[in-house]
Formats: sequence, C-alpha cells, structure tokens
Amino acid sequence: MSQSYETVIGLEVHVQLTTNTKIFCGCSKDFGQTPNSQTCPVCLGLPGALPVLNQQVVELAIKTGLATNCQIAPRSIFARKNYFYPDLPKGYQISQFELPICEHGWLDIDLENGERKRIGITRAHMEEDAGKLIHGDTPQTAGNSLVDLNRACTPLLEIVSEPDMRSADEAIDYLKKLHQIVVYLGVCDGNLEEGSFRCDANVSVRPYDQEEFGTRAEVKNINSFRFIKQAIEYEVERQIDLIEGGGKVVQETRLFDSDTGMTRSMRGKEDAHDYRYFPDPDLVPLVISPEWIEKVRATLPELPEVKRGRFVEELGMSDYDAGVLASDRALADYFDACVALGSDAKSCANWIMGEILRKLKETDTEITDVPITPELLTGLLARIADNTISGKIAKTVFEKMWQNGQSADQIIDAEGLKQVTDSGAIEALVDEVVAANPDQVAEYLGGKDKLIGFFVGKVMQASQGKANPGMVNQLLKKKLTGN
Amino acid sequence: MTVYDLTLAELRAKLDKRELSAVEVTKTYLDRIAATNPALNTFITICNETALAEAQAADQAIAEGKAQALTGLPIAAKDIFNTAGLRTTCASRILDNYVSPYDATAIARIKEQKAVIIGKLNMDEFAMGSSNENSAFGPVRNPWNQDLVPGGSSGGSAASVAARQAVAALGTDTGGSIRQPASHCSVVGLKPTYGRVSRYGVIAYASSLDQVGPVTRDVRDCALMLQAIAGYDPADSTSVNTPVADYQSNLTGNLKGLKIGLPKEYFIEGLDDDVRKAVEQAAEKYRELGAEIIEVSLPHTSYAVACYYLIATAEASSNLARYDGVRYGLRAENAENLVDMYMQTRAAGFGSEVKRRIMLGTYALSSGYYDAYYLKAQKVRTLIRQDFLNAFETVDALLTPVAPTPAFALGEKVNDPLQMYLSDIYTIPVNLAGTCAMSLPCGFSTDERPIGLQLIGKPFDEATLLRTAHAYEQATEWHKRKTEF
Ligand SMILES: [Zn+2]
Repeated sequence: MSQSYETVIGLEVHVQLTTNTKIFCGCSKDFGQTPNSQTCPVCLGLPGALPVLNQQVVELAIKTGLATNCQIAPRSIFARKNYFYPDLPKGYQISQFELPICEHGWLDIDLENGERKRIGITRAHMEEDAGKLIHGDTPQTAGNSLVDLNRACTPLLEIVSEPDMRSADEAIDYLKKLHQIVVYLGVCDGNLEEGSFRCDANVSVRPYDQEEFGTRAEVKNINSFRFIKQAIEYEVERQIDLIEGGGKVVQETRLFDSDTGMTRSMRGKEDAHDYRYFPDPDLVPLVISPEWIEKVRATLPELPEVKRGRFVEELGMSDYDAGVLASDRALADYFDACVALGSDAKSCANWIMGEILRKLKETDTEITDVPITPELLTGLLARIADNTISGKIAKTVFEKMWQNGQSADQIIDAEGLKQVTDSGAIEALVDEVVAANPDQVAEYLGGKDKLIGFFVGKVMQASQGKANPGMVNQLLKKKLTGN
Repeated sequence: MTVYDLTLAELRAKLDKRELSAVEVTKTYLDRIAATNPALNTFITICNETALAEAQAADQAIAEGKAQALTGLPIAAKDIFNTAGLRTTCASRILDNYVSPYDATAIARIKEQKAVIIGKLNMDEFAMGSSNENSAFGPVRNPWNQDLVPGGSSGGSAASVAARQAVAALGTDTGGSIRQPASHCSVVGLKPTYGRVSRYGVIAYASSLDQVGPVTRDVRDCALMLQAIAGYDPADSTSVNTPVADYQSNLTGNLKGLKIGLPKEYFIEGLDDDVRKAVEQAAEKYRELGAEIIEVSLPHTSYAVACYYLIATAEASSNLARYDGVRYGLRAENAENLVDMYMQTRAAGFGSEVKRRIMLGTYALSSGYYDAYYLKAQKVRTLIRQDFLNAFETVDALLTPVAPTPAFALGEKVNDPLQMYLSDIYTIPVNLAGTCAMSLPCGFSTDERPIGLQLIGKPFDEATLLRTAHAYEQATEWHKRKTEF
C-alpha cells in the first residue's frame, strides 16, 4: 500500500553556536552552572534592558552559510517572535524573519544507488534560545515549575532545508552531512543528546501522481540520528494509515517519544500561534560588507568533501578509506600530519583506521587526546618499512607506545625487539623445528603444502616473534625440500 | 530669593563658591517636597536617606575640587528610569514595589557627576498618556492651577520643576511626553534626536520613538543637563556614535542669518486662539531678533497621529509582554494554571489605557492585518520624516505650537481617548521623524494657563536648537514667571 505514496521531508536544524558569550549580552554560556547564575538584566528580560548583537555570532553564521553554499545577505534584520511562555523572559524571542542572514544554499548527499542529490537550504537565521523549566523536586518546590535562565539568550543558528528529501535515509544523510560540516567548522560542538544540534522534521506524504504536497506534521524532540529515522518512519506510516482509513492529516506539531518510538500530538490547530513577527526596534539592521564575508571565507577550513577528494586524488586512497578519514576533522588533521612527516599514506591510513580507532574506542579517548602523536606513529611506520620490526611486533610496540609515550626506537631497543635477519641464526632455529617434528615433515613432503604455516609459526615462536617472517619462509622451504 | 528659586547654573556657582553646601540644598528641597507633594502628587518615591548620603559625597567631591556641572544638584527622575536599589514602578501596579538592580545609562551618567537623585516622579503608566491621569498612583496636579492637568506622560517631571521641587528633572518623550507637559507647566523641555541619549535602562514604551530628555527652569540648565546625558552608549544599539557639541558655549544669543520655518499645516482649525496668538508673537519676536521667518509645508502632518498610534502601540504590545508575573512584579495569587496566571496578573496589573494600547498594538501586528496597519504606518513614517528633511533644506529650525490648547482640566478628556490623543498632534510628528525639538514658555492664555512654543531642529543639531531657544528666552520674561505654589 505504502508503495503508492511518496514521502516528503523538510528539516529545521537548530545549531547551538560555540561562542564564549550569549548572543545579546555579555554573560558566559557555560552549561551546568547553578541555575540563573549566568544571567544579567538583558537575558533576564528586566525592564529597560536592551540587546546588543554579539559579532562572533555573526561570523559563525557567515561561516556556516558559506560552507553550505548560501548567499550571505548584505543587510539582514532581527525580528521579534511574540509568544508567552515562562522560559521566555521577554515574552518574545529575538529571531530573524523577513531578511535572514543566509539564503539559497544547498548540500549534496550521496544516495545508495551511487547518485548525488542536491538538497536545498532555504535559509539560515540567527536567534536566541529560551531558558529551561525544571520541575521542583525538593519539599519546598514539589509541584512547582522552576525557571532556569542560564540558557536564555544563547546563540542559535536555525538552518531550514527545502522539502527535498524523499525518505528517512535521505534525511539522515543530509543531517549527517550538515552535522559534519558544523563540527568541522567548529561553529557547533555537535552534541545531539545535550541539544547542541536539534532537529525538527516536517513530514508529509502524497500519492505519487499528486503534484502538490500533502499536509505536513512537524515532529519535534528528536535527539539522535537513530530516533530521527524512527520518528520519520513512524510518522510516514501514521499518515498513510490515516489517509487510507479515510482520514485527513492535520497540520500540527507532534512530539517524538523515544520510549515508544511513536509521535503524539503536542498542540492542535485551535491554538496555533500568531507570532506577530515585526522588526525588533531595539536592534539596527545588520550590514555585512563583501570585505567582511571574504575575511570570514579566508578562515574556512578544508571541508570534508574537498578533503576526501584530495585523499583520493593526491594520495591514491580508496574512496572508502578517504571517506572514513575525512569524516572527522581531527582525525583527518592527524592523518595529514603523519603524511606530512613522511608516513606512507596507505599504511598510515590502515593503522589509523585499524589500531588507532580501535584503541580510541577501547579507552574512550578522543583523537585530539591520543597519546601516540603523529611523530610517534610515523616513527613506528618507518621501522616497519625498513624491516627493523615485523608488522606483528609493531603491534606490541604500538601498545607500549600508547602506554608510555616512548618512541618506537626507544621501545625496540629497550625490549630487544629488533627483527632477526641473520640467516645463520634463523637457519639454526629452522633446523631445530624440522628435527623436532618429523611427522609433519613427512606429511608436508606428502603434499600437504598448508603445513608451511605450522612450521613458520613454530620458528617464529622459537624466535619470540623477532625473526623476519619472509626469511623464515624462504629458509624453511629450502630446508624442507632440500633446495 | 530662596534656595529652591535658583536655577541649576546659579546653584552651581553658589556650591562652587561654598556659599551653600549640597547637603543644605538637598535638605531644602526635601523639605519643599514634603510640604508640597501631598497637594501635587508629583513624586512616587522620595529619596530622603539616599539623597542626603549622595549630597554628602557631593560635598566631599566639591571640597576636593572635583566638582562637575551637576555635582550636588538635586535632580528628580521620571519613574521610568531604572535606579539601582530604588523602587522603579513606571507608575504601574504591575511594578509596584519593583526594586531595580541596575541604573539606566542616563542615571549612571548624572550619578557619575555626583548629582543627587532626590526622587522618582509620577507619570502616566508606562508613559501612555497626555495628562498624567493614567497613573496607578493617582494624577499629578498642575502647580499653576491644581484643577488642571500638568500634561503627560512626564507630568511629574514638568510639575516638579515648575513647583521648584527639583532643580531639574529627567523625562522621556515618545510622542510629546516631555514637550507637552513642559508647555503646560511653563518650563523648558527637550526631546533630543533619537539615538542622542541612551535608552538603556529606560523602561520601554515604544522603542523606536522613546527618547530621554531634560526638563529644566531655563535653556541654559537644559544645555547643562543634555551635556551630561548625551552621547553614544554601546549598551544601546540604537544610540548613535556622533560627536556631542559643547552646548553651553553655543548659547551665543546670535540669530543672524537663522531661517525659521512656520509649517502651515500646524496653524489650522482646532488651534486655540490664545495659543495661536502666543506662537505668532514668538515668531514676531524672532523676526525682531534677526531671524528670517519662512512659511514651509509638512504635507503628511495629518497622518501623523494615526501613524503614531499604530507604531507605538505595536511596539508597546511586545515591550509589555515581559510583565507576566513569572520573574518579578505583581503575580496573581490563586491562579488555576499558567494561562490563568498570565490573564489575572495582567488584568490586575495594567490600567485601562495600557490595556487599550496593548490590544490596539496586538491587533495592528496580527496576521492578516500587519500589512494594512503596521507596514502601512511604517511607510507613512518614512514620508513624514522626509517632510522634515525637505523643510530643513531651506530652514534651520521650525517654530510651532507644542499643543493645540493650554492645559485642560482634570477629568476633561479622560473618557474621550481620541480627543486626548489629539493633544499630541504637534509633537508626535517629531518622534516619527526622529529629530530633536523643545518646548519653552512663550506666554499665558487669557485665563492664566501656560503656553509653550515648540522649536524643532535638524537631526543631531541640538546645539542650534538650544541657541535658537536661548536667544528667545533672553529677549522675553516668560521663563521668569513662577507659580504661586
Ligand atoms: Zn546576560
């Protein structure tokens, strides 16, 4: 049945910007502080207080706009969005309405079938966040709602997409791409769970032969990529069931409940808000000169897509490897640093995606805090390349480096891990092993070629792993076959 | 002559010569306020203790040779200014007992000069009114005749200066709220150019129109007060970073070559005969003083009041949303739920004129009406501003009445809001244009009610405005007449 319906999704993402101070006052936006300690007359909405725009917010907004291919408005204005709620101290939110700072952008996503799809970005605008309501949990406050305004007036950039996505997967692809960009730019810490990157999804369905969009529901309160997918899929199914059952989709806001995986109506049409937007007379129009835009453009880092292309073209990496390394700016920086120090790109990539990522995960460490610096890793790779150690011993060295931060050379020396390449010494071990295993020798000579592995293992064991595996192989074959 | 009859400049000289101390001056004023306030109701808060402490500190500064223009002078502020540690009510029940934690920039600037804040003045609630009858603390009475209104909304500011309860006062002017009461009380009132004085800490009525200004005994005092409060403030994004002239040194009395325009749209039907006569005589006086008088036209004048009541109320409806009972001020007890708390709090906290304007403004901004009302009004506003800029191509200042009539009787227009709104017909266009203007005494009606003259200046040219006003004042005696009070 659902085959006859097309899903249409547009996304609104609220990105919390990484400024030191709030958007319209000088208060710190440190989280986790005593409620209402990070406040002043402005963010408390006291009588007579006035907002002053934080220029850093503008720069982060321009940065994001440029990275998402938006046009930066030479003149944009702030507007008041009027509504009453206890976490909104002024009774209005300062946002942008008619003339936002960024418009007409796009991001490309890669579809499963290998095609690229362009998702339009309608606009991105700056606004202030609201405070938080907390339910009283002490004997004095039980049954009351308490207001914490530490978060009030912190800067947000709301990025609104066109309704260009046609499945939950496309929506997730777009979101991940956007997430990657804002984290790459350093404009957002990207923490979904803590609400630094919040997503509302506008979902509707329509029969394939219908041109106009169906009525949409706005789904809020989704704080992980997995939940976003779940919420959209649930919502699509709900709407199709409704239509098939002869019902009608109502335009409304729905909350996603991660416990049940369902969405439920938050407020109906009857109390739909009229926000009475109008230009905020307390703030003058924001004028952005072309020079300012170029100054910000010059600070843009290499974006993931460009980086990935460079890894493929200049370093000859596979698309997949390049994608993994470019996905995280710190990881890519680490990789770039290793290559710049002389590491071979291919083996370096293997080590980063293998050992380094595994170890980071095991020890719950960020790449920025990795104990093995690019210098240390490059040193290790050099010792593998020049046959000082085998790949297997290298893993032992790696573990030690992780623990004590010493260089590969220091560890190899101290532990006597240098590979044995003296053919006489290896030959002696080969002789011992061949002599000690006559049955296996007979089987090998009888045609069981696979047993070579058994002999190599024995010799390596006898050398405590230090013998050069290539030489062991060669000498063993020579000994066993007599030539 | 008693201490409270002295102007700010005269008192300054006596303090500097140590003929008087700031504490003596302050005590005199506090006594005068105690004696006269019950009849006039000009003050909401009288700063008995803090004023004396501030006077002592001022005397100390004077003794150390650190006196500035306002050091030790008792100044009163409209209760719309936030004053740290003092009650700041905006004459509303909703802020009854609200004590502000911070000073408005204008207050901070006069405090920096060690002026003495003698009290907080009565006003129309949230600066909405033209008669000072819309106060939660009762009406102010006109010291020239207690049956008359003092004008509004800075009624307390004008009446207190006229009654010599303060040497000078701070007011705010959104549509005439300094000039109209100054005219009705025969004192000098100046509305500076929008952006000249910081609005930070001034409780907002209509943000794009509100402007802080002084109310004083004469033009020199006005220049001294403006000097203290004018200038860019980074805390107010709409304050303008443009040089501030030395206003006092501009009071040269020289009007040579000055061109003064009489806008023909201001001398029309509805203008009281006595007012017309007084203003025409003032124009004649200017001619005698060497100014050239030219008739000019401000063609969009008749749309100003309608335009103002859309823009001002729209902004007010949003500015007053913060009074919701959640964080400060009045909160209704026994509300059943959140919405009920909002409704009960605001129903009990706001007076009827404030409610009327909130409703009007909410309507003007509503979806479906925005374009026809708010947006249209903004377009008209641009035309009105252009009218003034055009006129200033040919003249240096405009001369008009301040109000169509002298002060009216208490209760006379209370039930006729439209009539009340029309009392600001000559002052409102100036706020819409954003330029500067002042009111100064220019006569009395046949029944002894004060009449004011309005001079309108070019944007940010307060210096020429004050010079023009000062020359007239020097040539006339009106400002020397004192209330019998
Ligand atoms: Zn703050």
